[in-house]
Amino acid sequence: MDFDLSKAQKLLQESARTFLMRECPAERVRELMETETAYDEQLWRAMAEQGWTGLIIPEEYGGLGLGLVELAVVAEEMGRACLPSPFISTVWATALIDSAGSEGQKAQYLEKISAGEMKATVALLESTADWNVQAVQLSAQREGKEYRLSGRKEFVTDAQIADLIICVARSGSELVLLPIQRDAQGMTITATPGIDATRKLYAVDFDGVRVPVAEALQLHPQTEEAFEQATRVATATLCAEMLGGMQWTLETTVEYAKTRQQFGRPIGTYQAVQHQCADMLLMTESARSAVYYAAWTVSEETKEARQAVSIAKAYCSDAAREVGNRGIQLHGGIGFTWEHNLHLYYKRAKGSEIMFGDANYHREQLARLVVDESEG
Amino acid sequence: MDLRLTPSEEQFRDELRAWLQQNVPPPWRGGVAAEEENQGYIQYLRDWQRQVYEGGWAGISWPKEYGGRGASLIEQAIYQEEMARAQAPPLLNLIGLSIIGPTIISHGTEEQKKRYLVKILSGEEIWCQGFSEPNAGSDVAALETRAVRDGDYFLVNGQKIWTSYAHIADWSFLLVRTDPNVPKHKGLTALLVDMKSPGITVRPLKQMTGEAGFNEIFFSNVRVPVANVFGQINEGWRMAIAILMNERANVGTGIYIAIKRELDALIARARQTLRLSCPASQDPVVRQKLAQAYMELEIFRLNTNRALSRMSKEGHPGPEGSILKLCYSEQQQRMQQTAMEALGAYAQLRDFDAGRWGYGYLRSRGATIAAGTSEILRNILAERVLGLPKSY
Repeated sequence: MDFDLSKAQKLLQESARTFLMRECPAERVRELMETETAYDEQLWRAMAEQGWTGLIIPEEYGGLGLGLVELAVVAEEMGRACLPSPFISTVWATALIDSAGSEGQKAQYLEKISAGEMKATVALLESTADWNVQAVQLSAQREGKEYRLSGRKEFVTDAQIADLIICVARSGSELVLLPIQRDAQGMTITATPGIDATRKLYAVDFDGVRVPVAEALQLHPQTEEAFEQATRVATATLCAEMLGGMQWTLETTVEYAKTRQQFGRPIGTYQAVQHQCADMLLMTESARSAVYYAAWTVSEETKEARQAVSIAKAYCSDAAREVGNRGIQLHGGIGFTWEHNLHLYYKRAKGSEIMFGDANYHREQLARLVVDESEG
Repeated sequence: MDLRLTPSEEQFRDELRAWLQQNVPPPWRGGVAAEEENQGYIQYLRDWQRQVYEGGWAGISWPKEYGGRGASLIEQAIYQEEMARAQAPPLLNLIGLSIIGPTIISHGTEEQKKRYLVKILSGEEIWCQGFSEPNAGSDVAALETRAVRDGDYFLVNGQKIWTSYAHIADWSFLLVRTDPNVPKHKGLTALLVDMKSPGITVRPLKQMTGEAGFNEIFFSNVRVPVANVFGQINEGWRMAIAILMNERANVGTGIYIAIKRELDALIARARQTLRLSCPASQDPVVRQKLAQAYMELEIFRLNTNRALSRMSKEGHPGPEGSILKLCYSEQQQRMQQTAMEALGAYAQLRDFDAGRWGYGYLRSRGATIAAGTSEILRNILAERVLGLPKSY
């Protein structure tokens, strides 16, 4: 057992950090968040050239065929840069196609995603804003060889720029996963701006959208499990991104505490400040343990994967917010300004906290595994 | 990164699991608060320690020539998890096993290793650690217990306090002042002191839990052979730091075992205890808190494993060990509070589960004080890990 990044993983980390510092400095984050979609086509292409869009895609479909630990390494650096991009959305869709798609569908979509030619997202939530897939109500009415989709999806990330939206719907009692091209007739996308301007949210209305039955990702009873596996991949990746944001906030705050002088001394001399920094360190390092463990268990599909992901998401959701709280507090007035970059990370942390279920949601998921049943 | 066990690690786990299945004694059913009960409990733990040693399962990562198993730190971590899974009793000689032993291995002479290590493993000699004094708590380098050279002996005079296990200990790892005329950190020496030496008086201190787990020790002209100096004379501070790092890195202690046992018992209890006519485990608020406790313990386990991976490459614990100690001590308090809430009115009763919940709740207050208060640990993290300026 070795619970440390390998040499190759450390190299990947370094190259990702260097790339993002060059391609997406804070000024660029600010420019992008002021745009309608927070999307930079050129940057996405450059990320694809790095192999990131196909990082976990098997080599036969043009990807690098790497595991989730490598994906987490890169996502952590994206979090550190507060990178605006449809990366997490695309990872979610990628994992869904990978776990539920036919060979033909994988070839059809994954090659394009690898090449950076296709961005994708998943439409899950409805008016109940429930992350549990069992809550899905949106109707896919079967009419001969077609489904007709009607209803509204909410909180769909990056929908405006996604070339493909995978809609999670219900046909009778059956769960169906329907890939829909962006130009589909009857689909309307409406921006629903939230706190985090670096990751845009949308409502997607389906008004009799037609999808051939043959295009559905999977039509057997394991659809739910396939969906959950893909969501675990995306959730672990998001947690890694949250970790990167925490690490940035910690380092930035410690640096500030070393240089900012009050009463003739650096404020980092005072224990009231030191102890908050120590707590930020404890939370960040604990998140690191939880994130990489989750990434590894999901990658290896071990029986601990469900539990590990809920632990990572519950912990990171609370910790990313709290590290942000402390960071702003320790910066004082400047930390509350628009000018300082802290708020970019703080807002991202809040958006990420909610995405895929917050700490309360995941604690309940965990309780179902460890409080209700006896532990296997 | 590869969290899979290697074939030899797997074999180790399987052998241990099989041994535990045959050998773990039934849980202690008595209480611990009354003197008599406590002695019974200590004997129970002594027997278990002996059994573990004789089975070849003590000192997992210690060298074979000193009675250990010569296995890796990773196997040490597996050991912890398996002991917890098997609901094994805690190990009695915790200070010897987790703190003094590793320090003797890394800093002791060959003679000291031969003399002390095996008996730590077998539980034949219980150790305590004499650092704190009435006027030297967090500022331990300010200690005043004097040792004056008298030929081949040091004559020790002074007082130690808050010393866990001193009432049953055979040996003490004692920090004394040998030179009062130099800055406080530079005049200290570490001595290995036979607790049966004439002139030592141990007075148990009753804790808020009602038991006497820690003590005052008085030294009146106690003669300690110069040969029992640990490290060099006046280099005691370096030895103390080694001790404290081992203590906080918490490698090989039974902390995880102890907390996991408690949490498993709590979850099982919460399924049976009614709250508003429903099992407490179905109350949404209680569920949140139980899950939180489970999550925090799991994160402690993962943090420990990460630290062990690092240590097996670097060879020694670093100041990050303070994270582990902060982690488990504070989460232990939260978990005990959760137990009181989840089990409701019954949790306070002496006759409910032999009073374990009330005891655990009170006992956990000590966790954030012993082995470095949470405040001192945060200072260490801030200054030694994050590089913030010294505050004192």
